[in-house]
Amino acid sequence: MVDINFGRARPGGLLDLSRVEGLDSWELIDGGRTVRIGAGASFTRIIDELGSLCPALAQAARTVGSPQIRNRGTVAGNLATASPAGDAHPVLLACWAQVEVESAHAARLIDIDDFFVGPKRSALAPDELIRAVRIPAAAGPQQFAKIGPRNAMVIATASFALNLDVAGQRVGTGIGSAGPTPLRAQAAEQMLEEALADRWDAPEAELARPLGPAAREHSEQERANCPERPVSAANKSGNDSGADIPSRLSEGAARQFGALVAEAASPIDDVRGSAAYRRHALSVLARRTLNWALADLSEAERPVSGANKSGNPGGAAA
Amino acid sequence: MTVTDTATRPGTSSRAADGVGASAARPDGVPKTDGSFIYSSDEHHDGSLWGVTLRSPHPRARIQRIDTSQAEGLDGVRCVLTQRDVPGSKIFGMMVYDQPVLAIDEVRYQGEPVAVVAATHPEIARRACQLIVVDYEDLVPNTDPEVSLTGQVDGLPEGGLARHVRIRHGDVASARAASDITVAGRYEMGTQDPAFLGPESGLAVPVGDGGVELYVSTQDLHRDQRQVADCLGLPLDKVRLVLSGVGGAFGGKEDLNVHIHACMLALRTGRPVRMVYNREESFFGHVHRHPAIADVELGATRSGQLVFTKVRLVLDGGAYTSTSQVVIANGCYFAAGAYHVANVEIDGFATYTNNPPCGAMRGFGAVQSCYAIESAMDRLAAALGMHPLELRMRNAIGEGDTLPTGQPVDGPAPVQEILAWLRDLPLPEQSDPGAEDMRARPGGVGNVTRGEGIRRGVGYALGMKAIGFSGGKDDTCTARVTVWIRGGEPVAEVYCAAPEIGQGIVTLEAQIARTELGVRTVELPDKDTGVAESGASSASRQSWMTAGAVVGACGLVRDEILARAAAALGRPAAEMVLDGAEIRDRGGWPLMPVAELLGPESVSHAYTYRHRPTEPVDPERGQGNAHVAFAYAAHRAVVDVDVELGLVRVVEMATAQDVGKAMNPVAVEGQIEGGTVQGLGLAVMEELQIDGGRIRNPSFTDYLIPTMLDVPPMPMKIFEFPHPDSPYGLNGVGEPPNLSSTPAILNALRDATGLELPRAPVRPSDLVSELLP
Repeated sequence: MVDINFGRARPGGLLDLSRVEGLDSWELIDGGRTVRIGAGASFTRIIDELGSLCPALAQAARTVGSPQIRNRGTVAGNLATASPAGDAHPVLLACWAQVEVESAHAARLIDIDDFFVGPKRSALAPDELIRAVRIPAAAGPQQFAKIGPRNAMVIATASFALNLDVAGQRVGTGIGSAGPTPLRAQAAEQMLEEALADRWDAPEAELARPLGPAAREHSEQERANCPERPVSAANKSGNDSGADIPSRLSEGAARQFGALVAEAASPIDDVRGSAAYRRHALSVLARRTLNWALADLSEAERPVSGANKSGNPGGAAA
Repeated sequence: MTVTDTATRPGTSSRAADGVGASAARPDGVPKTDGSFIYSSDEHHDGSLWGVTLRSPHPRARIQRIDTSQAEGLDGVRCVLTQRDVPGSKIFGMMVYDQPVLAIDEVRYQGEPVAVVAATHPEIARRACQLIVVDYEDLVPNTDPEVSLTGQVDGLPEGGLARHVRIRHGDVASARAASDITVAGRYEMGTQDPAFLGPESGLAVPVGDGGVELYVSTQDLHRDQRQVADCLGLPLDKVRLVLSGVGGAFGGKEDLNVHIHACMLALRTGRPVRMVYNREESFFGHVHRHPAIADVELGATRSGQLVFTKVRLVLDGGAYTSTSQVVIANGCYFAAGAYHVANVEIDGFATYTNNPPCGAMRGFGAVQSCYAIESAMDRLAAALGMHPLELRMRNAIGEGDTLPTGQPVDGPAPVQEILAWLRDLPLPEQSDPGAEDMRARPGGVGNVTRGEGIRRGVGYALGMKAIGFSGGKDDTCTARVTVWIRGGEPVAEVYCAAPEIGQGIVTLEAQIARTELGVRTVELPDKDTGVAESGASSASRQSWMTAGAVVGACGLVRDEILARAAAALGRPAAEMVLDGAEIRDRGGWPLMPVAELLGPESVSHAYTYRHRPTEPVDPERGQGNAHVAFAYAAHRAVVDVDVELGLVRVVEMATAQDVGKAMNPVAVEGQIEGGTVQGLGLAVMEELQIDGGRIRNPSFTDYLIPTMLDVPPMPMKIFEFPHPDSPYGLNGVGEPPNLSSTPAILNALRDATGLELPRAPVRPSDLVSELLP
C-alpha cells in the first residue's frame, strides 16, 4: 500500500484478505510451546493478548507506527514487505520463528533465517501467501529496543531483540535497520551462551515451564492494563543504580556482547542515521537489554515477590 | 457562511457574552473535530476535472524539448499545458515577479513545475504526466550559499546574491578594544518545512463572463488575486478568490501553488478543475524556512555588560526570490537579540542557489537570528562564569532603549518581568527514571533506557520580533459590518477578507462585534475578494489589523444607529448607548428597541484601518524607524539526554510572553503552545535534508515533526501590558513563541552534555559524537 501511495506500484488488482475467517487470531500449538499467529492478527491484538507469551514481539508491536497503523498492520505484512526496518523482524530472528506459507498447490514452513534474502526481498514465491507465523512461547527473558529520533511513530534507525531461552539453553538475537536484511548476531549469541553456561540449570526458574492456560489468563489481565503500564519492580532492578544483581555478567562481558552485536551489523549512511551511529547504538542497546534480561532472570529465580506475582518477567517487560 | 451565536451556548446570555477577553469557542471547532469542515482539498463541483503537475526531477537543467502529444492522446485527458499556454504574465512572485508559472527553457530547482494536465480522473492525469516527454540537458547545480553571496555565479539571478543588508550602529572596532572578554562562534540551522497537514489544493470554476472563481487555501486572498489575474491576462474583476478551509499555513501558503495552474486548466477546458497535491508533492509545492549560517561575535565587560555585537548571517533563498529579501532584513533587525548594546555591526546575505525555494515561515528570519544570538549568549555566560539568565537580565532591552536600527523602543518592553517569572518558576522534579512510564524517558516507546546514561539539562532563551509589516509599507485592513433585525433581535455581519488559517481570526471577528455592538448573533460570510483587502495572515499582524478594522466599522454602525435614535426620540445621541437589542440612556434605562428603530432596514459601514506609519531603513547603515511594534517571549527548556544513545526527551518547556491583551485566552495559549512545539521540532528533529539540490526526505515518514509523546508540559505566563497604539492594547502573538523555543532547547542540551552543538536540529549522532569513531 505504501508503494501504491508513492506511485511506485500500480498493480492490476488488489485482494483484501482481512475478512478471511480465522486469519486474524492466534492459537497455542505444540502443547502450548508455540504461538501460531494468523496473518491477519493486528499489532494491537499482539500488544493486548501476547504480552506474556511473546513479550519481545509485543514490545516491538508497541513501537509500530500510530494506534491506527497498529490496528491495521500485521507481522505477516512486515514479513511480506521484508524491509530491514520491519519492527517485528529482529524479534522473529531472536525467537527462531517459522513462517507458514501457502500457494494454491502446496504449503511449507520457512525458517526465519532463510526468509530474508535481500533488501525488501524474501523467500516468498510469487504465488505464495503468508498464512501464519509460528513463534516459540517465551521460555526466559526477552527484550526489544528500538532507536528513532522521535519518541514515538518512527521508523527504526536501529533496533535489537534478545531472547534468553532458559529451557533450551540458547541465546537468540536479532538486529533491525542495520543491514540489507534483518540480521542475527551469531558470534554474540555464542559468546553469551558460553558465558551463561553455568547459569542455565535453574530448575525452579518458572520461565522454563511451558506456558499454558494460566498465561493466557494473564494476557486477559494485560488487555485491561493496556497500552502501557509503568515499568514494574522487576524492571527497575535493571537500572544501573540497582546493586547486587547476582546474575549480572561483568561489565567487560556485557561490553563484549555489545561489540559483537555491533560487528554483526552491516549498516549504511542514510537519511535516518549514519552507519557509525547505528553500530554504536546497537552496541549500547545490546549491552542494556542484556543487563535487563539478566536482571529479569535473577528476579525470576528469587522467591516470588509481591511486585511480580505472575512470576513471568516477560510480562513485566510488556 | 459561519454563524456564531452565543445563545446556543449554555450559560452565556448576558450582554456581550463571548466578547473580547473571553475564551469564546471557535465557530470552526466542532466541524474540524467531527470531520464535516470543508478543507480546500474537499472542494468539489459536479463534472469537475482533475489537474496534475509535472515537475522537474533535476535541480538545474536546460529544457531542450517538450513533447505532449502522447499525453494528449491518452483517453480521458482534456488538455496538457506548458509555458506557451500561459495567457498573461509568464512569471509571478510575492515581492518581485521572477518565478515562471511553468518552466521556460530551464529549470532551477528540483520540483519546478514544467507542465500541467487536466483529465477526468486524477490517476489518468498522473499517467498522462508520465507520457510527457521532456528532454533535459542536466547541468551542475549551484548549491553553496557561501559561493552565491559573492554575486559572481553564472546561471543564477544577480550572480547569486539576492540582498545584502547592512546595519551599523556605534563603533564596533573601538568597542572590541574596550571589551574585557569576547566570544565568537558559528551556528548553523538546517531547512525547516512548515509541514502543514492540509496540502496545497483548490478548485477553479470558469464563470460565464470569461472569468474564473478560485476556491483555495491561502494566507492572502488579494495578493494572490493580483498575481493570478496578471498571469491569466484578465482584469481583477474577472478573477474572484474565495477562501477555502486552510489546513495550516505557517508562511508556506503566502506564495502561490495550485492557483494559476488550476485556473489555466479551467479556462482552457471550460470545466471546473480540482487540484490536490499529495504529501510528497507538497514538500516540493511550497517554500521552506531558510537554512542559515550565522557567525556571532560578542564583547562584554567583566561584569557582563554587552559592549558590542557583530553578526554575519547567511540565509539561502534557493531558486527564486519569494520573500527572501525581506526575510533577511527581518533576520538582521533582530540579530542582536532583545538586548541593549551600543555598538552593533550586522551583515546579512540572502542568496540564490539551485536549492528548493525558501520564503516566509513563522518567525520570518528572526527564528534563525534568535537561535544564533541566544546560542552566543550562553557561550558568553560560560566565558564569564555567569548564570545565563543573569547575563540576559543584566542586558535585557527596556522601554526607551535604542535598537541597532536606531529606532527607540516604545510600547511596553517587559523583558525583565518575563525573565524574572522564568527565574522564579520551580524546576520540575527529577523523578526516578526507573519507575516512570517509558514514554517519559528519552527514546519513548522504543524502550531503550531504564535510567542508564540520562543527564538533565536546563536552558534559557529570549526572543524579540517586530509585529506587523515593517519598512514603510502602507498596510491596511478593511472590514464591513452590517446590522439588521431578525426575529426581533439585531444580527451583525462582519465581512472581512482576513484569512482564517487556524489561528482563530473568525472567532475574534465575532467577539469584537459582540463587544462593540452588544449583539448576540454574529454572522461571518465566506471570505473572498468581494471586499477590500485585509492583508496577509502573517507577521503576527492579523488580529491587530482586523480588530482595528472591525472596531472602526462597528463604531460607524453604532454612530448611525444612535443618530437615527436621536432623530426618532428627539434626544442628543451623546446621551444614549447601543446595548444589543436596546437603545438605552446613560443610566441604563431602555429607551427604544433597536428592532423598532430599524424595522426592515439595515445599517452597514466599511472601515479601513492603518497602523502608525513606518519608514524604510537606509541601505548603508540600516538606520530608520522601520517597525510598528515589538513583541517579546522567553523559554526555559528542561531536557533529559541519553548521552550514550543521543536521544532526547524534552521534559518541560516553560514560557512567558507579553501579548498586550489576551483577546481569547484559550486561543492565545494554543498559539504559544503551537509555536513552542514548532520550535521544539526544529531543535531536535525537523530538517529537510537537501543534498546537491535534491530533497532526500519528502515524506512524513522521514521528515519528522513532534508527536504528542514528544510534547512536554508547558507552564505558561501570559503578561498583558496594554500596547498604546493597538485596538484593546493587544499585541501580535503567533510568531514570538517560535523564536526562543529552539535555542532554549539547544542551550539545555549544551548544559546537559557540555558539547558545543553548533547546528540545529541536533541529531542523535551529534550528541554522541565523542563516542563515534
